Amino acid sequence: MMDTYDIVIIGGGPAGLAAAVSARKSGGERILILERDRELGGILNQCIHNGFGLHTFQEELTGPEYAARYIAQVEALKIPYRLSTMVLDISRERVITAMNRKDGVFQVQAGAIILAMGCRERPAGALRIPGYRPAGIYAAGTAQRLVNREGLMPGREVVILGSGDIGLIMARRMTLEGARVQVVAELMPYSGGLKRNIVQCLDDYGIPLKLSHTVVEIRGKERLTGVTIAEVDEKGKPIPGTEEEYTCDTLLLSVGLIPENELSRGAGVEINPATSGPVVNERLETSVEGIFACGNVLHVHDLVDYVSEEAAAAGRHALAYVKEKRTACREKRTDKIHIIPSDGIRYTVPSVLHPNRMEETLTVRFRVKDVYKNCRICVYFNEEKVFQKKRPIVAPGEMEQIRLDREKLLAYAELQALTIKIEEA
Amino acid sequence: MYDVVIIGAGVSGCATARELSRYDIKACVLEKEEDVCCGTSKANSGIVHAGFDARTNTLMARLNVLGNRMMPRLSQELDFDFIQNGSLVVCTDQEERSGLELLYQRGMQNGVEHLRIIEKKELAELEPNVSDQAVAALYAPTAGIVCPFGLNIALAENACTNGVEFFFDTRVERIEKRQGSFVVGTNQGDYEAKCVVNAAGVYADQIHNLVSEKKLSITPRRGEYCLLDHTAGQHVTRTIFTLPGKYGKGILVSPTVHGNLIVGPTAADIQDREGTCTTRQGVDEILDKCGNTVKDIPMNQVITTFAGLRAHESGHEFVIGQPKDAPGFIDCAGIESPGLTSAPAIGRMVADLVKEMLDPKENPDFVATRKGVLRPNTLSLEERNQLIQKEPAYGTMICRCESVTEGEILDAIRRPLGARSLDGIKRRTRAGMGRCQAGFCSPRTMEILSRELSLERKKITKNGGASALILGENKDFWVREADGR
Repeated sequence: MMDTYDIVIIGGGPAGLAAAVSARKSGGERILILERDRELGGILNQCIHNGFGLHTFQEELTGPEYAARYIAQVEALKIPYRLSTMVLDISRERVITAMNRKDGVFQVQAGAIILAMGCRERPAGALRIPGYRPAGIYAAGTAQRLVNREGLMPGREVVILGSGDIGLIMARRMTLEGARVQVVAELMPYSGGLKRNIVQCLDDYGIPLKLSHTVVEIRGKERLTGVTIAEVDEKGKPIPGTEEEYTCDTLLLSVGLIPENELSRGAGVEINPATSGPVVNERLETSVEGIFACGNVLHVHDLVDYVSEEAAAAGRHALAYVKEKRTACREKRTDKIHIIPSDGIRYTVPSVLHPNRMEETLTVRFRVKDVYKNCRICVYFNEEKVFQKKRPIVAPGEMEQIRLDREKLLAYAELQALTIKIEEA
Repeated sequence: MYDVVIIGAGVSGCATARELSRYDIKACVLEKEEDVCCGTSKANSGIVHAGFDARTNTLMARLNVLGNRMMPRLSQELDFDFIQNGSLVVCTDQEERSGLELLYQRGMQNGVEHLRIIEKKELAELEPNVSDQAVAALYAPTAGIVCPFGLNIALAENACTNGVEFFFDTRVERIEKRQGSFVVGTNQGDYEAKCVVNAAGVYADQIHNLVSEKKLSITPRRGEYCLLDHTAGQHVTRTIFTLPGKYGKGILVSPTVHGNLIVGPTAADIQDREGTCTTRQGVDEILDKCGNTVKDIPMNQVITTFAGLRAHESGHEFVIGQPKDAPGFIDCAGIESPGLTSAPAIGRMVADLVKEMLDPKENPDFVATRKGVLRPNTLSLEERNQLIQKEPAYGTMICRCESVTEGEILDAIRRPLGARSLDGIKRRTRAGMGRCQAGFCSPRTMEILSRELSLERKKITKNGGASALILGENKDFWVREADGR
């Protein structure tokens, strides 16, 4: 006999927790969270720095504190969860196969599934950096876990490649724990991280950030002994003659995050190549009916507050789906509108919407392709510009958002496409 | 006093050890690294060649074809991954077709079975992703792919179970000839033996030259590779070689036994016998050449690049046998491609030479079979549940990319010649070999190693020696600097 649940949430990190809490508060009953780690909270548990919760709780919390707020709600709302439980497979029919030490391999049938598996770090191997493969090369998040959760130092003389937020945060953490961070090299001409992290984690500690630079050689046969950094041209190719040698025992990489969608793919969920996350509609529902997605598995966020907000929406929508299905009154998907990321916009989430089904307002999140100064973010209904906001600067490292009103969409005659663009101010 | 000391725990040394363990012989293997399969045997294409490449009537040709024939049964006996997926040598230029004929003829003379030349149409049906320029190919259904670590480790474990001793971190520094014996001096003391087998890979010339005046010369020939994610593993089903022609030797594109796609190798002669670094030129060469025989390879799916060294002997022939001026010393040198394929046959040949010398009795306790690390994801749901009930560690996932459980990691540590490092675990279980390249599992695997081996986390290494993964505890370096002031 297979256990059945109204909603099963894959992942008990910030997205999964917020989705569960929201679904329960909206009246959801049989909800289950499956979490692969030994405790709830996900990656927040190793993010011991502050800066979380400014939007959600109007106060500044650390990662574990932020997670604890949600975990307390999950406990108070008596939402069941299973820890140390790895989901092995999700089927289109929403049968979930999972495994843990106590229950062995088991299956549950879900009315709706919320994907909240988060993301993983892009590894060093994918960068094809020439040289040896010694010990001492870590993804920044792996180093963060070692330092913050286990009290272990991966090394003492550090070079960081990539200026993603985890790399920046780890530059400061390693410094505070007694290591010497010599430099952060970033391939792109701009940082992939938040401006505030560059100021608070690098500038405040006198750590140089070298833009348009990359590691071109890894030295050391057993343990890392050094790296060579060189400047790159517009195409990202190293410029001969610009090489600088660094003596170091540790190389941390913060070169991108990849949504973890192996399970989603297995279920036949369509993936957007721009985000590496599922294609979703205004309900955050994927191409497979009854499977929803939120948080970093959908697209990589900068701020956990927005993850929580998005996940809460996914929780509500998943519950609405289950209820509609029960009363057999699921509205037909008519009048589908595509949201088109145009000039300067890399992607939007969601990428399609049905105005008659959306909530009163819909937050559309997106990233720009490059750094643009003194620009406007413009929204077009068909060919007509209906909205714009001025921005002194936008950058790929900072997620943008706009809100759409249902009334306005419904009132617009024959709305077929919605386009978002960057225009010069 | 040993009957036989084998220098090197690569695939040749371990194949020899396993063959010798059939006999009542006191044998040991000396390995300079911390584990078996740390040199040439670990970083190569993992191809079981059919045997049409080597010149007819050479040792290489004979042992290749023989090794190829031995591999299927050996993989059953010793439970390692081997798939007879067949290979294709693809010709992309009508004018070079005669090269295929030549290979075909040579293959026939070498005794390769079921070899045939296929035309464009059939080729496209067999391999839809072969280049549109392909005109014909030499098809060798007997070729295969093997897990190079799997083979090497299986041979070593089986030899160990049957009584062969292994000494790691033991580097041979000198060899002294005595009346009827050799004293092999190492950094860990002396080992005396009636017979010495030199299976030292890229160092086999140095070892040989310690005892013989007829000098050998081995050149490390570096080969670089790109390994692609499982998502690209179905791009081809057979191993695709390039017909050597005006573009040089070309590179191969092949699925691996674990469902990845491997592209490489390059070939560059170097001086440094430890020079297993990748280079920009090497990787660029792979990117440049990989499209010659196979189209649309998703090179954005590369999860790692690596380099290995072939032990190239100047005559490009296996050197197996005793130098005239050092009877009792058996070379097993110049074992480059098709060395992995030939390993089972090389082991047997070397063992036969030892047998002639020592005339040993059979080992009455010899066990020919060995079970590999149990992989729960090959079991049915019910079997898997029974296993987890019995051993709950099989219910904890450690490496999510390759689906490796704690149970498998414990098995890898606890079995004969068990893993003692992160790479040791990786080669035995694949934990850390997937798309995230150990980002997720390495702290977890380190924790298990530390617990099982009763070693502080600071003592856990990537691959032995000075490859420590952790250099201290938080604030250690503050304290030390303060003390220094």
